[in-house]
Amino acid sequence: MARSMAFTLYTLIQTAILCTNAIAVLHEERFLSKIGWGVDQGVGGFGDDPGVKAQILNLIRSVRTVMRVPLIIVNSACIVLLLLFG
Amino acid sequence: MEYTAAQSGFRQQHNMRLRNSSMDGSDGSQLFDDTSATGPGAQGVYRNQQADPQAAGLPGQSLLSDPMSNLAMAYGSSLASQGREMVDKNLDRFIPISKLKYYFAVDTVYVGKKLGILVFPYMHQNWEVSYQQDIPVAPRFDVNAPDLYIPTMGFITYILVAGLALGTQNRFSPELLGVQASSALVWLIMEVLAVLLSLYLVTVNTDLTTIDLLAFSGYKYVGMILGVVAGLLFGKLAYYLSLLWCCAAIFVFMIRTLRLKLLSEAAAEGKLVRGARNQLRMYLTMSIAAAQPVFMYWLTYHLVR
Repeated sequence: MARSMAFTLYTLIQTAILCTNAIAVLHEERFLSKIGWGVDQGVGGFGDDPGVKAQILNLIRSVRTVMRVPLIIVNSACIVLLLLFG
Repeated sequence: MEYTAAQSGFRQQHNMRLRNSSMDGSDGSQLFDDTSATGPGAQGVYRNQQADPQAAGLPGQSLLSDPMSNLAMAYGSSLASQGREMVDKNLDRFIPISKLKYYFAVDTVYVGKKLGILVFPYMHQNWEVSYQQDIPVAPRFDVNAPDLYIPTMGFITYILVAGLALGTQNRFSPELLGVQASSALVWLIMEVLAVLLSLYLVTVNTDLTTIDLLAFSGYKYVGMILGVVAGLLFGKLAYYLSLLWCCAAIFVFMIRTLRLKLLSEAAAEGKLVRGARNQLRMYLTMSIAAAQPVFMYWLTYHLVR
């Protein structure tokens, strides 16, 4: 069925915003440290390449730091647009 | 040791080839043949376009004898060339146009050979990309180099063939073409992003750029088109058979190409290298290659009923 794959570029933007929001919402103290994914538990050895877990933790931390302000702007724009145009 | 010897042997052979072609008079590292009558090639065309506005002031003198309008015309043309320079410079910052040009430097022989390898990769022996002073050689000189011409043409042909297939089932309407195009584009973007993410997580030190990944993901359109056309001409059984053949071919092609780029040198030669990281890289290569047949089936099964 063509319906199931009627993806548009707008869907892609929506997916991207939702995923970024989901990553940015993971709180450092309340959640990540409790499950052993805190910032101090990521950096292992310095000699070899970091493992997959260290890369994931690095990614989460950088998304949180870099995308905080742009996400505020984009989310507010989305809210306003959805309220106005449904 | 043998690997570096083979690679340096390549470079020598390749440099000899390039030196031969450069004896034709054009610069050996140039991407495109010189077909313009005025300038000495791609960069020469730009230089000519910049030189022309200043030369245009002279023939204008025969039309207008007023020196003030001459001055105005010269000033206006220099302003226009400045504006074009600024646009080119700023555009080059966002979209690396010079890098994109490399991927479209193809010729008919390359396209023919590459299509043959995509459909029948079992006879091809040598999968290494040859380099010229650390820069990968343009696709027209090396059949293993990725290009963007075949994926772009394949994408457009896929959309047209999808429209044709939908038309034979009386399900066609013009906006469905747009829906097909955007769906396929979204799947492509998501696949490239997923591959980039997994490459980041596994910390592979590779020289694969994003555009290379885009090119590799776009090669599956060739198989999809062959499958759908066979299904339209000869029925559902032909669709399944040709799709099976093309899926296997793309699987082998991706594994052999990615093996050289992602795995460490020892593992790429076929020796069994233990270690968690090499295992992870092997799994990554396998899953990237296995995702291609899945996408090929997913994007075409609704076209052939």
